[in-house]
Amino acid sequence: MSATPVIEVTALRKSYGGRAVVDGVSFAVEEGEIFGILGPNGAGKTTTVECVEGLRVPDAGRVRVTGLDPVADHEQVARVLGAQLQESELQAKLTVREALELYAALYPHPADWQPLAERLGLTDKLTTRFAKLSGGQKQRLFIALALIGNPRVVVLDELTTGLDPRARRDTWQLIEDVRASGVTVLLVTHFMEEAQRLCDRIAVIDKGRVAALDTPEGLIRRSAGSTVISFTPSAPLDDGDLNGLPALTSVARNDGRITLSGTDETVNAVLTLLARGHITAHQLRVSDATLDDAFLDLTEVTR
Amino acid sequence: MNTAVLRAELRLFRREPGALFWILAFPTLLLVILGSIPGFRHHEADLGGLRTIDVYVPVAVLLGMIVGALQSMPQNLTGYRERGILRRMSATPVRPTALLSAQMVVYGAAALASALCALIVGRLAFDVRLPEQAFGYLLALLLAILAALALGAVVSALSRTTKIAGAIGSAVFFPMMFCAGVWIPVNSMPDVMARIVGYTPFGAAAEALNRAAAGHWPGWTHLGVLVAWTVLLTVGASRWFRWE
Repeated sequence: MSATPVIEVTALRKSYGGRAVVDGVSFAVEEGEIFGILGPNGAGKTTTVECVEGLRVPDAGRVRVTGLDPVADHEQVARVLGAQLQESELQAKLTVREALELYAALYPHPADWQPLAERLGLTDKLTTRFAKLSGGQKQRLFIALALIGNPRVVVLDELTTGLDPRARRDTWQLIEDVRASGVTVLLVTHFMEEAQRLCDRIAVIDKGRVAALDTPEGLIRRSAGSTVISFTPSAPLDDGDLNGLPALTSVARNDGRITLSGTDETVNAVLTLLARGHITAHQLRVSDATLDDAFLDLTEVTR
Repeated sequence: MNTAVLRAELRLFRREPGALFWILAFPTLLLVILGSIPGFRHHEADLGGLRTIDVYVPVAVLLGMIVGALQSMPQNLTGYRERGILRRMSATPVRPTALLSAQMVVYGAAALASALCALIVGRLAFDVRLPEQAFGYLLALLLAILAALALGAVVSALSRTTKIAGAIGSAVFFPMMFCAGVWIPVNSMPDVMARIVGYTPFGAAAEALNRAAAGHWPGWTHLGVLVAWTVLLTVGASRWFRWE
């Protein structure tokens, strides 16, 4: 990793009509990483990346892309930053090929559009007009347009929304290939699976603030109940015993089934407790919490 | 001005059969239809010895630019804004003004082509004399096109959606057609009316074109009215235009 981050956001603020949409967001994206911005709808994710892309002017705070201001040095920033926007279209009657050629012509050192189209499976759609493309094809075209300027960093906003599961997986592979070719990726998403699979680090944004910033594993570990134990005991268990378990974060009883969350320490203590009482645990399941659980946990705390 | 954007917009314009017909073909077609009426080919004392077909040539010349600048262009530009096409272009090293100026060049060129077509067909089919003061005529024509584009830009700026653009475009369209003399040619209008109409962009344009056609200088008042409208409307459009 290089010394200066590719993207640096410091104490960013942006309000609309007196309502703070982004309220003091800070993070830095290092060269070559896939950095995720995860958050519920309306958390301020898109506004944050729009400030990074230079499409919005921050009310306060500092944004730097390769050391440049995306608003004041818009042209230079746009040359090194490729963007896939959440809600944008192209001229209805522009064909895929024309769109690729047009956008290639807007950059000083564009990528060759033919291999790019091939990589995105657009080769047999080159003469199709934009309006006639399916949602997934449009999305793939926008990914191609984000990459056509040979950028150092790409910002992908809700990349796989509207893609079927197979196309989504293909796209994930593509993003990994893009990173492998040395491009830094800033990824906005609300898909946990996508964030967990792709991102090196994730900033969880909720209500315009960074609720947590860590690796996916770190986020899961840091969330309150990272391990979930559930079983149906052969004999009733005393509430006092259960509540006394170490590192326990929650207990739930449902129709004789007990669900506990805690850590590995809790698991060991439960097993000891059961053994001591000669109680059999039917359908014992121990599972790691997912990023989903961590996300819900993190965004609940700040709510 | 970005040539790649201009090329793309020109190509897209050629894919709009409606715009092609109404801007490029319809004005000349109207001239041909009017010219086919025998009565319109007689010299009239009321028109200062001109024939009806003669006074309809400037109307046909103005028609293409009114349709293009007030109907087609605002629809396109508000659509580009509504559907995030301007925004997508903002994320490239090229500013979205490239799209705006490309649209203006395309519709300006189409208006000019439409005007020349009407003049040539008028000359060949109905023996309408070509403008005698050619330079003055061209100057008036170019200023009229600029005023039309500026008016179209204001309509685009004020319309939040393509539907509103359609409505405002039509609301402005008919008065402008009237001023250009579609229903009563400007030289047949009563004095007071002609004077008032002369202060509207297309009324001034029609009078300037008529004078130049007859071999006079188009008159600084008319040209001045066109310039004033262009400046005023351009200022308004750039103040009110929203990129999203």
